[in-house]
Amino acid sequence: MFAFLVKRIAATVPVLFIVAVLVFLLLRLTPGDPAAIIAGDAASPENVAKIRENLGLSKPLIVQFGIWFGNVLAGDLGESYFFKVKVAALIMQRIEPTLALSILTIVIAVLVAVPLGVLAAWKQGGWLDRALMGFSVMGFSIPVFVLAYILIWIVSLKLGWLPVQGYERLAGGFWPFLQHLILPSVTLSVIYIALIARVTRASVQEVLSEDYIRTARAKGLPENRVLIQHALANAAVPIITVIGIGIALLIGGVVVTESVYGIPGLGRLTVDAVLARDFPTIQGVILFFSFVYVLINLLVDVSYLFFDPRIRY
Amino acid sequence: MTAPAIPADLSVGLSTEDANIVQRVSVWQRLARHWGVRIGGVAMLLLTLIALAAPVLGTVDPTLFDPGSRDLLPGASGEITTLEGESIKHQFMMGSDSFGRDIYSRVIYGTRVSLIVGLACALVSVLLGVIAGLSAGYLRWLDMPLMRVMDGIMAIPGILIAIALVALWKASLLSVIVAIAIPEIPRVTRLVRALVLSIREEPYVEAAISLGTSTFKIMFGHILPNTVAPLIVQGTYICASAILTEAILSFLGVGLPTDFPTWGNIMAEGRVQFQQFPHNVFFPGIFLAVTVLAVNILGDGLRDVLDPKMAKKV
Repeated sequence: MFAFLVKRIAATVPVLFIVAVLVFLLLRLTPGDPAAIIAGDAASPENVAKIRENLGLSKPLIVQFGIWFGNVLAGDLGESYFFKVKVAALIMQRIEPTLALSILTIVIAVLVAVPLGVLAAWKQGGWLDRALMGFSVMGFSIPVFVLAYILIWIVSLKLGWLPVQGYERLAGGFWPFLQHLILPSVTLSVIYIALIARVTRASVQEVLSEDYIRTARAKGLPENRVLIQHALANAAVPIITVIGIGIALLIGGVVVTESVYGIPGLGRLTVDAVLARDFPTIQGVILFFSFVYVLINLLVDVSYLFFDPRIRY
Repeated sequence: MTAPAIPADLSVGLSTEDANIVQRVSVWQRLARHWGVRIGGVAMLLLTLIALAAPVLGTVDPTLFDPGSRDLLPGASGEITTLEGESIKHQFMMGSDSFGRDIYSRVIYGTRVSLIVGLACALVSVLLGVIAGLSAGYLRWLDMPLMRVMDGIMAIPGILIAIALVALWKASLLSVIVAIAIPEIPRVTRLVRALVLSIREEPYVEAAISLGTSTFKIMFGHILPNTVAPLIVQGTYICASAILTEAILSFLGVGLPTDFPTWGNIMAEGRVQFQQFPHNVFFPGIFLAVTVLAVNILGDGLRDVLDPKMAKKV
């Protein structure tokens, strides 16, 4: 098992390195002078020259990458052109809302999707099964910002139950904090629920046709124990896997949701940085999100050992 | 399609009569009988017609505006100034935005942008993915480096790649299409590579190799035709997600220029006054959701018929 852990962690290193290369190259993929692009249309020649010097653009590309990559490894993502602070510090400032939103979304999604998926698999072809499959196609299709506005319109404007937008820090009290997060999390969780429920259903359906389920039923085990202890426990691996893969969807959704609800998190920062053409921040945020995504999928792989004792690497 | 649908080995035990029955159910007929394909296909056909017939559907030029016709409610009558400077009477079926532009015309013309982006992204990413996948699956020395790069691209959330690329390039229809297509390439590459690796062990490929057929001809003449069905399914899903991503880019203000009539742009403009005029967001939103839903339903239908093995998995 220890050998597996080492091997699995070692396998993520090249992926992260290639991500770093790609993110670095993003800025070089453009036709023309990167310094001029960064400086913007209204920049003076002195400004452009200064940026060129800061970027070390006269050095060979590989040397430039070496310097940049060395800094990244040391935790230095450069300085934001727009906010005039270190990108790493900026990310730390903005991480709380995004983390809170993501965790609440995942909790809601798992609590809703897994039971629904299990029930749909249990009564295969029944009304709940059909409704769930219909809902899941809709969930994949309805854009997150359209859903956001429908919910704002009904829940906040018509019913007046929750604030329209904004964010309260956790330090400002738990209820205001939660109040501002409920609607964004529900919005964001819909596509995730669609994804997880679909996979749960398929996975549990497969397990339910196994012999040991028939045995469990034959020996008189109550149906809820058959479903939870026998079926769901054995169907866990694909479900955990899809939760990990779905993080990519979640990150994309965070960018949109935070913009709609005016939440000052990393997603909002990404959009602000793009609009301001603040390239160190764009690079930093993309690198950070990708790192988190790869890391979570590493944890997912490791968790197989726990969820499925049959897996022994 | 005139080729018999049954493989030779299956027809052995059947009488000619039975064989005819089986033969009659071609792929096209199975597609035409599937409800998902029917609903999704008809909806897409309608949307295509709307896109093509946009100028004759009671619309005006979507970039026209009139200061006197700002913020009209759906159904209200007003005036609009043509490019020649003359004012004409116009009924604003979906109201007008804060510039006095006709939302209905913008939504209808927006159909064109969404369909073009969806189709073009699917074509570009499938084309590039096929080239990369065939190369990785067939040229062993290229496999390792190419697939590592693909792993790297997949590790970056697709929407972030698209946003960053559009920010770097000047936003135009072409740059938006390429920026959205790039993050979709690895999935196609993986699919094609996996197919190639299993197909290249087939006896007919071995036979072609031993006959001295060139690598190029084996790749494109023998292997590629066998990847068509899963690629159509994959391409449909890419189309749906590309339409969504384009709308997101426009909505966030990083996509096509704001005077461009795209559903995302209309919503971005409408969100400022969402509390007073929610319809500015909802009309384009409904079109967007229905379009993506239609493409997804079509994709599920195509998958059921063309790629039954995949359909069983999820």
